Amino acid sequence: MEETMFIDPQRCIGCRSCVAACRECGTHKGYSMIYVDYLDRAETTATMPTVCMHCTEPTCALVCPADAIKMSEEGIVMSALKPRCLDCRNCVNACPFGVPKYNTEMHLQMKCDMCYDRSSEGLMPMCASVCPTGAIAFGKYEQIVPLRRTKPVNVHVFGNQHVETKVYLMLPTDADAVEVDGCGVFEGMLQRPAEERQTPTVESWIDTQVEHSDKSNEF
Amino acid sequence: MGKVGNLEQIVAEFGPHLHDAPHGGWRADRVIDKVVPTHCPYCAVQCGMNLLVEDNHVVGFEPRYDFPVNEGRLCPKGVTAYLQVHHPDRLLHPLIKRNGRFERATWDEALSLVAAKFKELQAAHGKDSIGVYSGSSLTTEKTYLMGKFARAGLGTRYVDYNGRLCMVSAAAGNNKAFGIDRAANPWDDIPLAEVLLIAGANCAETFPVLNKFLWQQRDNGGRWIIVDPRETPTARQGDLHLQLKPGTDVALANGMLHVIIEEGLTDEAFIAARTNDWEETRKVAARYTPQIASEITGVAAEKIVEAARLYGRAKTSMMMHARGIEHHTNGVNNVLSYINLVLATGQIGRPGSGYGTITGQGNGQGGREHGQKADQLPGQRSMLNPEHRKYVCGVWGLPEEELPQAGVSVVEMFGKMREGEIRGLLSICNNVMVSLPDTNQVRRSLEGLDFYVCIDFFMSEGSRYADVVLPGTTWSEDEGVTCNSEGRVVKINKANDPPGEAKEDWWIVQEIARRMGREKYFAFNSPREIFDELRVASRGGNADYYGISYEKIERQNGVFWPCPTEDHPGTPRLFEERFYHPDGRAKFHAVEYKPPAEVPDEEYPLILTSGRVVYQYLSGNQTRRIGFLVEQCPEPYVEIHPETAMRLKVNDGERVKVVSRRGEGIFPALVVRTIRPDTIFIPYHWGEELAANQLTNPTLDPTSKIPEYKACAARIEKIHSRRLPIMGERRKGVSRSEVR
Repeated sequence: MEETMFIDPQRCIGCRSCVAACRECGTHKGYSMIYVDYLDRAETTATMPTVCMHCTEPTCALVCPADAIKMSEEGIVMSALKPRCLDCRNCVNACPFGVPKYNTEMHLQMKCDMCYDRSSEGLMPMCASVCPTGAIAFGKYEQIVPLRRTKPVNVHVFGNQHVETKVYLMLPTDADAVEVDGCGVFEGMLQRPAEERQTPTVESWIDTQVEHSDKSNEF
Repeated sequence: MGKVGNLEQIVAEFGPHLHDAPHGGWRADRVIDKVVPTHCPYCAVQCGMNLLVEDNHVVGFEPRYDFPVNEGRLCPKGVTAYLQVHHPDRLLHPLIKRNGRFERATWDEALSLVAAKFKELQAAHGKDSIGVYSGSSLTTEKTYLMGKFARAGLGTRYVDYNGRLCMVSAAAGNNKAFGIDRAANPWDDIPLAEVLLIAGANCAETFPVLNKFLWQQRDNGGRWIIVDPRETPTARQGDLHLQLKPGTDVALANGMLHVIIEEGLTDEAFIAARTNDWEETRKVAARYTPQIASEITGVAAEKIVEAARLYGRAKTSMMMHARGIEHHTNGVNNVLSYINLVLATGQIGRPGSGYGTITGQGNGQGGREHGQKADQLPGQRSMLNPEHRKYVCGVWGLPEEELPQAGVSVVEMFGKMREGEIRGLLSICNNVMVSLPDTNQVRRSLEGLDFYVCIDFFMSEGSRYADVVLPGTTWSEDEGVTCNSEGRVVKINKANDPPGEAKEDWWIVQEIARRMGREKYFAFNSPREIFDELRVASRGGNADYYGISYEKIERQNGVFWPCPTEDHPGTPRLFEERFYHPDGRAKFHAVEYKPPAEVPDEEYPLILTSGRVVYQYLSGNQTRRIGFLVEQCPEPYVEIHPETAMRLKVNDGERVKVVSRRGEGIFPALVVRTIRPDTIFIPYHWGEELAANQLTNPTLDPTSKIPEYKACAARIEKIHSRRLPIMGERRKGVSRSEVR
């Protein structure tokens, strides 16, 4: 599959259409494996979707003691295989993007599989199908990138770990990599000068709500 | 106890309860019998979608990639829309209220009671003692039928529709300026515009899929000017955000016009050839210097100049607006002031140059075309025009003297209920206890009625006050057409049979008419038969549907009206050669700024404005029952700027009391820098004590009769509440709207 996903946070309107639609993919059984977060609701309405980035060397698979997480030929990192999954949650804790979740009911790790039952048959994944703005787009690099004014980036630096991904972030930047714990491309953009900020930086309760529903690491 | 009766029992029986899984649960082994191409039931993008049907049950959706407007895209309401079809709260049989309880009744019993009561009230108090209040989420066939039912069935002058709370300011402005009421351009024109000027429209939350076109325009190098008192997601993404004080649009638009004139950016040839009344408008604009406009609007003068230059210098531009400028006592003037900018720059009637109203409801356009408005007859004809009356009476076979005179707007109708002039009400497709302004007055109106009958598929907060509730259909259970916000008529297709004893709305209305002895005007056996009469009734009017057929709609992916003949392809772009006034010219309107009816003072120092969130649709009667949507936005809140919050010593998440001259409500504070310090915002989708409309001002625009939802004076009082108890309930999936 030459197609991949392109995530453009600038375009995200926070509607969570993707989150609702993810549940509808036949094999997802009503569970959503995509997350949309407010970045800092007290300051801005900016939001960002997170899907599995489908790493070329996926950390989740590397840390799996049972070799339960397989990649397809096209480079799509699948959910854990049910007969192999040991419930250990190594993958849930190790993923640098915080993507896999542990499903307590099914005793199984679940994560975005780019709607493999759809995309392997030439249909778009659900999230990219419904996204109103193209913040999540699915297609070939040479189809999508020339249409955009943002730069495709698929290298992420987490401390000493460099991660290359099948999925691209589309960013208003010249940087070649996203440095998450250093001076990342997003850092600084949302911050206003200290004198302008009259409230201490605490999470808005809306952020907290989302944290509880989206980020609990469990279904 | 009042007219509602036992509220706890009603809520226990009819909800809203949360439901969040397809019929039969989430399964991968479905055997889909058929895939029905149709459109979303919610906003007026009217996104195409395919419904998946298994054994007469709608069990999911599949993106409809081949429908050109949305190409598969949907918002979260659209994705979850199918979950309402087999919702456990669905009304499955007629209900009659006896001793404060809704009891199951047969259709014959319920319909006979309705007819008998209507006849009794009309015999005692005259024909006009019954009112009909309809809506624009119905198919166009049904909206046509509701107007005809009121005039030819009941013979009452009092009929109106909920577009009165939505589109009427835009409609009145369009009619005055252009002589017709329809968006001027197809959305395919948006990507061709260099600059978009979008006023009072949070497209990201109220019209999400329109953003497809906005971002295509952006990808082409286009720029956006966004006018909004809040930094909405749309405003955040724009190039220039004019964060004005609510209700000061005329000053802003006049200020921009001033700069455009000063800098010679007007299109004098266009003005001379295709418009009237420019001189007066130019004189008025001359007084609105950027400094004066800045003082009124609170927007920096430099920004007004920058916006005027950006808009004025663009080779192609489009202007679009929505409720933010229309929900005002100066709503029509606000609309006209922006249209002046369009006409002065000659930016209309060409690819990439134009103007559009962003319609609220799914059929907000179609619902305002065919005669369910107080003063309107089919085809956008007028009740006041003798020729129009004669034509429509001819189509209906109704003696002209039997056609009532024009009625009044819905807010005025509710006044007449309190005065006792209207004694009985039939409502369909609305939820007055959420959507009308000044909820406490609305309650008094409903309490005062002798007889109230509702047609609905869920028990709304308004239906709770009814004497009889008749179970109608959701959008997937009937066919018909709607008209989207660009003027494209599309076809809704039937996917499943109505559940239980629920019946098609047009059947219900006709049965009432039959029992009142008016069957000769209501002999339709299908929506198609209604549509065929509508085509003739609209023929020769502005909104001419004569050349539209169900088949042509399917073939062309929608037909833009006017479509006068069977071989006519429809009219995607208006005004290419002429406007619809008799002389073919558009009209400027010199408009002066007037403040909103209520401005802040010492007692009520803040401006309260209201609006929507992306997860809820209008009065929420459908969306407040869908688990996913309620989880994203379980209850209303009040947005407060940190400066204001600090002054009032209000913390983020703390519950505060918001008070206006008409009522008060308790809402959690969302302290955000994205709103003006002098303004607060509450989303309005909830009822009873969570209703933002307990506070809003029912004062009307003198022309359009739209209430001023978007600006009233309010204050915030601390109630020393604990921090939010919201989380626990939210996690349990309980809708706050039902926690008492």
